[in-house]
Amino acid sequence: MWDDYLFPHSVKEALDMLEARGADVRIIAGGTDLALQRQGGRNPATVMVDITRISGLERIEERDGYIHVGARVTHAQVAASPLIRSRAGVLAEACGSVGGPQIRNVGTLVGNVVNALPAADGAIGLTALDAQAEVAERTGRRWTPISDLYAGVGRCTVDSCQAMITQLRFKALGDGEGDAFERLAKRKALILPILNAAVVVGVDGGAVKSARIAIGPVATKPFVATDAAEWLIGQAPDAAAAANAAKLAAQTAEPRYSLLRGSAEYRKSMVEVLVRRALTRALALASGEGGGHADS
Amino acid sequence: MPTLEMILNGKEVSVEVEPGDLLAHVLREKLGLIGTKISCGEGECGSCTVLVDGFTVTSCIYPAMKAHGREVTTIEGLAKGSQLHPIQQAFVDVTAPQCGYCIPGMVMSAKALLDENPHPTQEEIRMGISGNICRCTGYYQIVEAIELAAQRMAEEGGAP
Ligand code: FES
Ligand code: FES
Repeated sequence: MWDDYLFPHSVKEALDMLEARGADVRIIAGGTDLALQRQGGRNPATVMVDITRISGLERIEERDGYIHVGARVTHAQVAASPLIRSRAGVLAEACGSVGGPQIRNVGTLVGNVVNALPAADGAIGLTALDAQAEVAERTGRRWTPISDLYAGVGRCTVDSCQAMITQLRFKALGDGEGDAFERLAKRKALILPILNAAVVVGVDGGAVKSARIAIGPVATKPFVATDAAEWLIGQAPDAAAAANAAKLAAQTAEPRYSLLRGSAEYRKSMVEVLVRRALTRALALASGEGGGHADS
Repeated sequence: MPTLEMILNGKEVSVEVEPGDLLAHVLREKLGLIGTKISCGEGECGSCTVLVDGFTVTSCIYPAMKAHGREVTTIEGLAKGSQLHPIQQAFVDVTAPQCGYCIPGMVMSAKALLDENPHPTQEEIRMGISGNICRCTGYYQIVEAIELAAQRMAEEGGAP
């Protein structure tokens, strides 16, 4: 049970509360995972520091070529944001597929990262965008790549008992770039994915210039298919390239057998299918087919 | 014990809660509003759906203190006296409920949907209730009820 529920009004006040109250205190945002962890006896904290009333953390905005997403921003807000839909559609798609509407209204994108699950749709989208997180500690603030936040399944290197993530940032996509998210699950809502994949590509002068492919849950953290992405560079942005890169991605991904998600063999085959679909869509967008990345 | 103050179904309410109380528990056990149903208790089924500042939340996993200073609407807040809300009336008229346990949550999700989008397509209705699970019906009458409610509310000239 919880002994106290606090609403700090600034990041500093939140960090002071963490410091003052010792080991039993932690940050809570939407709380959609934390409430369950508590019920299951998996989270011993007894004092909650709720950051959802700190002003400034609710923003989604573009600054210095980066889109910034504050720690209070929910999945529903990301999915509905005109800025993110037009300049980082992969993330809007990913966030729109988390849980159901009620969970998306409450659960935050930063929380999706802090929970550090390799299946987290939002985190997969962020990984494809090569996002960074701003970590606030008592010693100051620093930016860190989100791929460095994973210490293992469900374990984030940012300890919510001592520090917090205040915002995320990633480059807004421009002309000649395309992105897409694909998800395989037993139903269309309220269920964790069997697999998900997010890709961001850049095309220039009829050749692929950049590519980033994120896949979950096939490792202890969002998996980045670097071999496949590297192979893509310089290729013509066509169906054959998408198919071959997808094959390479499936070779390096190592999904495990899961009672809930299916056999390793099935999931490995499906990695190829999802990555191919995502790349096909993203390459078409980057090549200017289908109205540019705005509609992704 | 902290005091939770909120506007509940249009009225100011102040209630003593435990810091760890969840909103569904407070509504049902401390305020007697048992129209909000708890089924899974894990945020998976939507039967405990209520509105906080107009947005649907699953109250079984929603810390009650989060509602402090907010406007909360439950199924009890929809009818005007003995006159059912058009969404409720439509559910009755097309016999959408079977056991009825999921229905308060369905109605609240429908309310949030129609407030934002008064003329939803069938697909949008399905998306709107995609966070609500019904174990009795095949959802067809529920979708039909929401369509009917939308139609009637448009004829009446706006949502109440
Ligand atoms: S009872 Fe709350 S979601 Fe099922
Ligand atoms: S009517 Fe029984 S669960 Fe929906």
